[in-house]
Amino acid sequence: MKRYLPWIAPVLAALWLASGWRAQKIAPGDFDTAAFGKIPVFVGGRVKPLDTVARNSLVIIHGKQTLRLKDGVTLDAMRWLSDTMFNNAVADSHPAFVINNPDVLGMFGWRQEERKYFSFAEVAPFLKKIDEQGEKAAGIESAQRTPFQTGVMNLRNALDLYERLKNSIQPEGVANFSSEIDAYEKAMPAGTDAVLHQQKGEKFDAEKLNAFAAMAARYEKLAAMASVRVVPPEQHDGAMQGDWQPVGASLVQSIIGNGISPVAKIYAQLGDDYRAGDAASFNRRVSELFSWMAEHQPRATGRAKYEFLFNQVAPFYQAMTLYVLAFVLVCGSWLGWSRTLNRSAFLVLLLALAVHTFGLVTRMILQGRPPVTNLYSSAIFIGFGTVVLGLMLERIYCDGIGMACASMIGFITLIIAHHLAASGDTLEMLQAVLDTNIWLATHVVVVTLGYSAMFFAGMLAILYVVRGVFTRSLTKDSAASLTRMTYGVVCFATLFSFVGTVLGGIWADQSWGRFWGWDPKENGALLIVLWCALVLHARWGGFIRQRGLMVMVLFGNVITSFSWFGVNMLGVGLHSYGFMQKAFPWLVGFVVSQLALMAIASMPLERWRSFARAADGVVEK
Amino acid sequence: MLHRILDIISSLKLTIVCLSAAIVLVFVGTLAQVNYGIHVVQERYFQSMFVWWPMEGAGAKFPVLPGGHLLGAVLLINLIAAHIRRFKWGWSKLGIQLTHLGLIVMLAGGLFTDLFAVESFMRLANGETKNYSEDSARAELAVIDESGAELDQVNAIPESRLRKGGVIEHASLPFRIVVKHFYQNSQLQMLNGKTKLEPAATQGVGARVGVIGIPRETAANARDSASAVVEIVPPGSQPLGTWLVSDQLGAPQTFFCAGKKWRLAMRMARYYKPYSLTLQKFTHERYAGTEIAKNFASKVTLADAERGENRDVLIYMNHPLRYRGDTFYQSGFEKNDEATVLQVVRNPSFVAPYIACVIVAAGLLIQFGWHFAAFSRRRKNIPATA
Repeated sequence: MKRYLPWIAPVLAALWLASGWRAQKIAPGDFDTAAFGKIPVFVGGRVKPLDTVARNSLVIIHGKQTLRLKDGVTLDAMRWLSDTMFNNAVADSHPAFVINNPDVLGMFGWRQEERKYFSFAEVAPFLKKIDEQGEKAAGIESAQRTPFQTGVMNLRNALDLYERLKNSIQPEGVANFSSEIDAYEKAMPAGTDAVLHQQKGEKFDAEKLNAFAAMAARYEKLAAMASVRVVPPEQHDGAMQGDWQPVGASLVQSIIGNGISPVAKIYAQLGDDYRAGDAASFNRRVSELFSWMAEHQPRATGRAKYEFLFNQVAPFYQAMTLYVLAFVLVCGSWLGWSRTLNRSAFLVLLLALAVHTFGLVTRMILQGRPPVTNLYSSAIFIGFGTVVLGLMLERIYCDGIGMACASMIGFITLIIAHHLAASGDTLEMLQAVLDTNIWLATHVVVVTLGYSAMFFAGMLAILYVVRGVFTRSLTKDSAASLTRMTYGVVCFATLFSFVGTVLGGIWADQSWGRFWGWDPKENGALLIVLWCALVLHARWGGFIRQRGLMVMVLFGNVITSFSWFGVNMLGVGLHSYGFMQKAFPWLVGFVVSQLALMAIASMPLERWRSFARAADGVVEK
Repeated sequence: MLHRILDIISSLKLTIVCLSAAIVLVFVGTLAQVNYGIHVVQERYFQSMFVWWPMEGAGAKFPVLPGGHLLGAVLLINLIAAHIRRFKWGWSKLGIQLTHLGLIVMLAGGLFTDLFAVESFMRLANGETKNYSEDSARAELAVIDESGAELDQVNAIPESRLRKGGVIEHASLPFRIVVKHFYQNSQLQMLNGKTKLEPAATQGVGARVGVIGIPRETAANARDSASAVVEIVPPGSQPLGTWLVSDQLGAPQTFFCAGKKWRLAMRMARYYKPYSLTLQKFTHERYAGTEIAKNFASKVTLADAERGENRDVLIYMNHPLRYRGDTFYQSGFEKNDEATVLQVVRNPSFVAPYIACVIVAAGLLIQFGWHFAAFSRRRKNIPATA
């Protein structure tokens, strides 16, 4: 029986994981917007499922992936997007727009109260003001913008996105779009005929021509507004012709092509069903649309389905939860019942790593890129790297330390990633200069692994100080083994940071002809290398011993966080990703906490609870 | 005494002091870029012996930090000295030896690059041919003798000479050039009733234009615009007058002296090549429905009469053209995608970091691998304790 005890927590965790993979059931008579979310569309330079468009758009506009209405009902992202695209009047009354800045509210003559979400209808009277102020703010360098300017610009961008979504499928406020398209199709032969006659200078039916031209102009306008391209390119002889198009552009082009695309027609009917509340018909048409896509666009449909699964499972969220569980189990193992809980924690951590890896690999497959392409994915990868490192150390030492650090950093990096995702699509297309997989796969990955090792070493130092100062658990042996571990990880960090930094230089030499340009991000990487070299030399020279090493490694946390995040906030250089005002206080907080720990670690040894008794000199200085 | 000095320059303490100073320098130099821009910081922090404070203005200045060149040189000497003094052959030391040897190569290469690498740009519109690149960071005053039947005789006076001021004489010039004023960065203004500016010169455009010196540019993509006022003095006679020269003036100005017609123009310093490039077509692809660049590419024809080369080359992101010691990189574009900007780099020591990287990485791998192996052997001998 005792043999199975360690399995209880991991099996429960696995069951919980499995529940996330199950397809959601919909109540009879309800719109199957989840199935609608699997349809592939083209936005931001790549094919993705509508579900991704819905989630990313809602995050940009609302700051969250779900929307809580005034009556307490919660809409998921797809339901909100369906309202936005098909049922404008209803969507306009949803409190979707988040406004946090009091000055932005003040511009409308509103006071900051408990509420921070507002509907389009509430904001609509001020559109002109927002547009003017937002345009002014857009002209200012991001690092120099005031919070008001950032706030008003974000609101302007959100409104712009919302209006483009509203006009992606059908003109805003249309009553029955499919009959309108039918009329357009019927008018097409006479209309084109009239155009031809006019061009030849012959007699033509002016009335028919004008009516037809007015409709075409309406769809032209629709095409210009649309942000979602839903009509796939046509295939001729197995080859794709042209790009994906929004409904409007497809309707305009159908004049010279083979008539109106069946996809445009289905979307129009979907909208009409949705407004009429006819769920049964809506669901039937969604599956009809899906079959059409699967037949004509098998690749795009496969990708969309895969990404939909990825969205639904939310592997990083699951991994985050499991890291917390693993951490709790490890802490438990230190208090008692160690063998069982340690084993249990190991299995849970393995499970978490499996889910984390699934997420990472899925992103790589969807993007066709190495794992790190932007700040968001670097957070995910740092977490991944530390967990692998932690599990390896755990195999060697079996004392829970490796697992504690791994689960803690895994959790924190995924939280950071979660907050970085607020800018929208985390699988965005890459700038041309990044468009080389060899360098992304080597330089970026190696540098990021260096960050992982630095943070891991830093976490070990935190453990050392906290255990030593606040508990009596840091014995001479465990202190020595922690030191060995830390030293080993610093060596690892040195190797990876150095090689990664030099590879970056070589990449720069290849693409700009300059091995080293003193760009902030390069300097950040160099700081890590220099710091590692300093730590190692100080130790080799005997200038620092156990405690000195720990204090220096704690400062390594500061340097690494500066290199990873801080330099991006400067708003200069080739690697600048824009100013992240929200992250700034957190970074400062982290730095202050590390400096505080360094100060605590520098207290005389008599103040360390673990060493107070060991005044007979068993512990090194 | 000599021993003491040797002890110091090869000591680990010196290494640690240098590394600490380097960390401070890099950190401060990174933050300073927010206010001063990458070029100025590079010059004053990293490519200097000392960082001076205050940076701007006249008056007393104090060195507050060792600069990049000083630190690099001291570290290099320290490394070499330590290497020589403590060199012991042994497998266990191999990793450390290799690592430091690689670092020596890298530091020396870096220093060499800083001293000898030349960066310039070649801007080509579609169909245009050029046999020179231009240095946007440096200006030159071109004095051109147009009297030749086929070829013009160009005399280029570098910016550094103009900055010194004084009288410039040269055997191929039948007159002296007196530098009245030199502006590292300047603004020109058309004179009208409203401005109080004096005309900058007595002849040419300068008679209708005023010039003001302004602070140097700090943004990474902005460049200084140099101007100067020069006087032309034929030997043994009265000066012909003063001219305003500036790279903001489009067309060159002309004057007559010694029976010849001369052109005068301040322009970006040019580096002439023994071959030419012609831009066939520049392409700029974007991802559908976005403004994100997918690829930039320049199709050029390389013509070299000396070597009998005449071929088409495609230069695109991460795929430079390397030819006769020059490397051409796709750097940017202009005029609504109708023109390309190629960065041209001449760096004789560009292979140094490649070699250094391999040596250091091998050294670190051996060193830490050795540690790790020793560590695992030890662990195997001790029974594991939880």
